[in-house]
Order: sequence, then C-alpha cells, then structure tokens
Amino acid sequence: MVKVADMVDRLNARVICGSSDMDQEIQFGFASDLMSDVLTLDTENLLLITGLNNLQTIRTSEMSDISFILFVRDKKATEEMKELACENEITLIECGHSMFRACSILNEIGLQPVY
Amino acid sequence: MEFKFAIEGGNFSKAGSASSEVKKILKQLNVNPKIIKRTVVSLYEAEVNVVAHAFEGNMNVDIDTDKIVVKIEDKGPGIPDIDQAMQEGYSTASPQVREMGFGAGMGLPNIKRNSDQMNITSKVDVGTELEIINYFG
Ligand SMILES: Nc1ncnc2c1ncn2[C@@H]1O[C@H](COP(=O)(O)OP(=O)(O)O)[C@@H](O)[C@H]1O
Ligand SMILES: [Mg+2]
Repeated sequence: MVKVADMVDRLNARVICGSSDMDQEIQFGFASDLMSDVLTLDTENLLLITGLNNLQTIRTSEMSDISFILFVRDKKATEEMKELACENEITLIECGHSMFRACSILNEIGLQPVY
Repeated sequence: MEFKFAIEGGNFSKAGSASSEVKKILKQLNVNPKIIKRTVVSLYEAEVNVVAHAFEGNMNVDIDTDKIVVKIEDKGPGIPDIDQAMQEGYSTASPQVREMGFGAGMGLPNIKRNSDQMNITSKVDVGTELEIINYFG
C-alpha cells in the first residue's frame, strides 16, 4: 500500500485534478496504453500508469472504477479530459518520467503488480 | 425501464457516453458494483465497436428488477465471420482506432467474459446486432 501523496512526492509529479484524496492508499499498479487490456482487469484499488492521453483513457477508468491515473513522459491531459475526470471523481497525476522509470520507482516504494 | 442512446460512427470524442449514462442509472438503482462494472465494461467495448467499425447505431437498454438487457444495433459493414471475430487478437481496426487504445482484438472476447448471455448476429453490408444480458442476482 502506498499513499498517493508519497507517490506524487517520489515521482516529482503534479496532481492536476482531484487533489482531495492524497491520503488514500493504493495497492496495485497497472501500466498500459492499451485500454482494451485495462478493461479486462478486475482488480480494485489500482493506479493506471499510461502514456495514452485521450478521452478514452478517462472513459476506460470510469467504466473500470479506476480512481487514479498517472500520465508519464509529461503527457498533458486536455481540458475535456480534466472535466470528465472531475465529474467521475478521478484523480489525474502528471510526471516527466518514462513509463519504465515511473514503474520502477512506484514498485520500489511498495506498489504491487497485478500479475 | 427503457432507454435508448444514439452512437455515432467515427466520433471518438463521444465514444463511451451511452455506456456512461447506463452506469449512472445502474448506480442509482443500487445494483451490485461488481455487476455494474461487468455490464458497463461490456457496453463500452460494444459502443467502441460501433464507433470504430460501423457508421451509426443505437444502444437500447431494458432494465428489469432482476436483469438488464441491452441491444446494440448498428448500420455498417457487418461481420463476415463471427467465430473469427470472437477470437482473441483478431482485429480489422484502423491505426486511428489503435491510437485510441483499442483495436487489439480483445473487445468481443471481453464482452463474452463480462456478460451472462451474449448474442451476436450480423449481415455483411447491412449491420450488426449484439445483445448483452446480465442478471442482478
Ligand atoms: N459493430 C461491428 N461492426 C463491424 N465489425 C465489427 C463490429 N464489432 C466487431 N467487428 C469486427 O470484429 C473484430 C473484432 O472485434 P473486437 O474483439 O472488439 O476487437 P477490435 O475492435 O479491437 O478490433 C473487429 O476488428 C471487426 O473486424
Ligand atoms: Mg472492439
């Protein structure tokens, strides 16, 4: 379990919407740009780590009950994405690291893989 | 209760809005969250299929006390070989669809996994009809 605030701190990341749940603890991480794959998961309490910044990333998270998304490589969420995320109480986080580095840091501080 | 939502082929910015409405309704009805998730994941992949592969369509939703029945019908190219389309990994999706995070041939198999009943019929050059039934109990 890792606190959202600790992840943000260690990744040097920015919370760009939904900053109210910083004390929440997350157990699992799943890194993918393939939304069809994300939609096969039945894991709860999961952070989605992705480089795919379009509306479908938010829609996929809405359908999958994913409340936290980390965008890597400084991928910027659009206004439309932020709006949809806020509506669905999804927290969006942006960081500059590559997917690989972000995942290794998160794993090091205790985030677990799904498989 | 019956609801009907239109789906526009090719319009990725709207893809998922029908499934999102259904999710709101099921939440309001206090349906078990696990069953809501199974249902809306199926509906979303089906909705994306209309956006990705067809010209236009509708999502017809019928909610009963014990189950939800959804028919997604579209006008489009249809599916020539349904057994083949059901296979994990089979896809005719365009590069644009893959850029949206879909098009890996995982949609139909995932709909099957997440629905209690799935029926699909299709006519080439006419369209496709997909029925999804999930029970609340
Ligand atoms: N509504 C549809 N109209 C026409 N073809 C479809 C439709 N739905 C699915 N297909 C066909 O079935 C294939 C597999 O669908 P699916 O498993 O959802 O994978 P994907 O959409 O990622 O290609 C599609 O690539 C397409 O050829
Ligand atoms: Mg599909």
